[in-house]
Amino acid sequence: MANMTYRDALKSALADEMERDESVVLLGEDIGVYGGTHLITDGLIDRFGSKRVIDTPIAEGGFTGAAIGMAMLGMKPVVEMMTWNFSFLASDQIIQNAAKLRYFSGGQISVPIVIRGPNGGGVQLSAQHTHSLEGFYGQFPGLKVVAPATPEDVKGMMLTAIRDPDPVIFMEAGALYGTKGEVPEGDHPVPFGKARVAREGTDISLISYGRQVNLLLKVADKLKEQDVSAEVIDLRSIRPFDSDTIIQSVQKTNRAVVVQEQWRWFSVASEVAAIIQEHAFDYLDAPVERVSGAEVPAPYARNLEIAAFPGVEQIVEAANRALYRKG
Amino acid sequence: MPQVIMPKMGDGMEEGTLLKWLKAEGDEVSEGDAIAEIETDKVSLEIEATESGKISRLLVGEGDVVPIGQAIAQIGDDDLVDGASEPTAEVISAPGTESESIKYPDRTTGDDPTTPDSPSTEGFPAGVAAQTSETTRPAAAEQPATETTSNGRFRASPLVKRLAAEHGIDLQQVQGSGPGGRIVKDDVMPYVTGARTQAPRQAAPAAAPAPAPAAATPAPQAEATPAIQSQTATGPATYSGRPAPVLRELPRIRRVTGRRMTESKQTVPHFYVTSEIDMAAAAEFRTQINSQLPEGGARVSFNDLVVKAAALALTQHPDLNASFEGGELYDHSNVDINIAVALDGGLIAPFIADADQKSLGAIARASKDLIGRAKNGGLKPEEYQGGTFTISNLGMLDVDEFIAVINPPQAAILAVGAIARVPVVQGDQIVIGQRMKLSVSADHRAVDGAEVARFLQTVRGYLEKPMTLALG
Repeated sequence: MANMTYRDALKSALADEMERDESVVLLGEDIGVYGGTHLITDGLIDRFGSKRVIDTPIAEGGFTGAAIGMAMLGMKPVVEMMTWNFSFLASDQIIQNAAKLRYFSGGQISVPIVIRGPNGGGVQLSAQHTHSLEGFYGQFPGLKVVAPATPEDVKGMMLTAIRDPDPVIFMEAGALYGTKGEVPEGDHPVPFGKARVAREGTDISLISYGRQVNLLLKVADKLKEQDVSAEVIDLRSIRPFDSDTIIQSVQKTNRAVVVQEQWRWFSVASEVAAIIQEHAFDYLDAPVERVSGAEVPAPYARNLEIAAFPGVEQIVEAANRALYRKG
Repeated sequence: MPQVIMPKMGDGMEEGTLLKWLKAEGDEVSEGDAIAEIETDKVSLEIEATESGKISRLLVGEGDVVPIGQAIAQIGDDDLVDGASEPTAEVISAPGTESESIKYPDRTTGDDPTTPDSPSTEGFPAGVAAQTSETTRPAAAEQPATETTSNGRFRASPLVKRLAAEHGIDLQQVQGSGPGGRIVKDDVMPYVTGARTQAPRQAAPAAAPAPAPAAATPAPQAEATPAIQSQTATGPATYSGRPAPVLRELPRIRRVTGRRMTESKQTVPHFYVTSEIDMAAAAEFRTQINSQLPEGGARVSFNDLVVKAAALALTQHPDLNASFEGGELYDHSNVDINIAVALDGGLIAPFIADADQKSLGAIARASKDLIGRAKNGGLKPEEYQGGTFTISNLGMLDVDEFIAVINPPQAAILAVGAIARVPVVQGDQIVIGQRMKLSVSADHRAVDGAEVARFLQTVRGYLEKPMTLALG
């Protein structure tokens, strides 16, 4: 085990896989000489050269399309979106080509591309640079969407992503790049479609993914002070989705709060709530609560930004509603 | 012709209030359509048409209290012979309707003042109130009543419905603590774990008529049959790090006592009159008779003196020897004095029948016997079901005075304090007196303050001239 940051764990996954597989190449804005805006690829150009760590023009549609073409021909490109907000420019390539080529070609062509970058907000980047797009990309059959929350998962899931034969939307928790955790040495890919029980509990299931998982652990601490045993579930993978883990959890706890930074309408939390009521209806003691981002473009002002995203208090409140308690 | 009747929605239900008609005479209804909203002591719900057809007759008015089983509407062709089945005799009109003279001419709506408004919409356009109730999330504590859906099913969480089915729990007997009265897991878990049990659905009626010594005694003193209590098992929410309170199963007698006292305090308009009695002569008298006790005779207690004095006084003030029940006042020709006996788990009040006609010695023997058997659990139901007036005595516990809660349906109860040695003014001197405070709690529907005061004067007369107790 090594104690390392989310950032270093991610970099080590990229480096390990580039060592192992020569077809793995990196593309993105300022990822080479500059080391990446978030220093994820820092030093990799020195180690693997500019043919494998490719600095691109500021043209997301162009370099994403180029990477899709490389993938169609057998390369394993890992494309960095400086932030996922810029992927709107590349979304035509991602949705219309990457997601559909296997289908269009009757399985003859696969697109083993990974598109990665920081997702979500919380760092005062204002409305255009604060989006949580997991629900958006999660809509499209043909894409896999994952959102790891821990250093161990970000490494293990990046290994899985690069080895996956299909396009993977790899949503990093930008606000967590500096957080540390234990990461096992060696090759330990984390499978997609398997949620993680981040903390076991018996009274209520708190469900999220990405950086909200850490928030949920704080909420669980707070609820523990109030004698409530909360189970925290980290979905890890939005598509494919692990229904079994949440259903088992809700069958045990009878109550659930689903938390997300993204907006509520047509969102991951909506889907989770629907799955719970479909498969665990007879185990529910209360309606599934959703805690989501405020239905506004993300504010810049710090106080407003904090107010617009789920916080400990809001989630505790939702938990208490589901528990029929006054907090 | 098909009739829609007031349904029985729970074992405790004897009548329901018709809140609102949702259909009018002449309306076509299909089986299952909600036609009226009713309210029981526990729930508000909609009544459904049991047949399809045209409503030919609405038999009761909004606000009327209707006994269960009684028809409230007729469905079908209007071949009803006028007056043939008019049910109004049993209908008790609700306060605020025409039968009461109180009217509210200044009501802002300008509506006919005799039209009972729903309290929640009073003064507001109906639409506003409806919107508010839809958009406001009700807090659990604000809506404790168990609601049902229009098909009569109780609102319960899916989990609760499954648990109820698996464990044979009758949800009609469970009070919901969730929003809108939703029955939630905490409400049923005591039944699942066996911490609580339910009476079978076919349980005997809640209150069997007492085998009363006289026909006019309308109500039992305590209940012989298992009254099914709706109970919420939700504990108080104390999550502040202090030890959680421990749920204690209420003994049945405690539950019955609690329910009856709650009913009494909530529904009986109590008032209180207190008087101080000079007990010096009574104490002297009691010492005297107890010193000459025959072989096997029971010592006469102060309480026995009070029982006898009260019984004699009641014959002269019959307004206090009465019962108020079902909106009616009943006079008793017998004087049966209940003595409240504190047990470990609650209260029981066996009575001394015809106390006015019994000698002090007979009263002393009867009370000693009843109190002894009450404490050993050896009372027969007919010994505590009934009675016309209750005496509660805390004098032996050094209580100066207290006020008691009326034991319904009785009209009054007498609370007896300790005999205290107190300075009293006698002429121009202060001497040591022996004084005892008597407090009567009375039902203002049955009796007024002046009569209670006169009753106490009569009691005083007996106790301050105790020889009269032996004569009466």
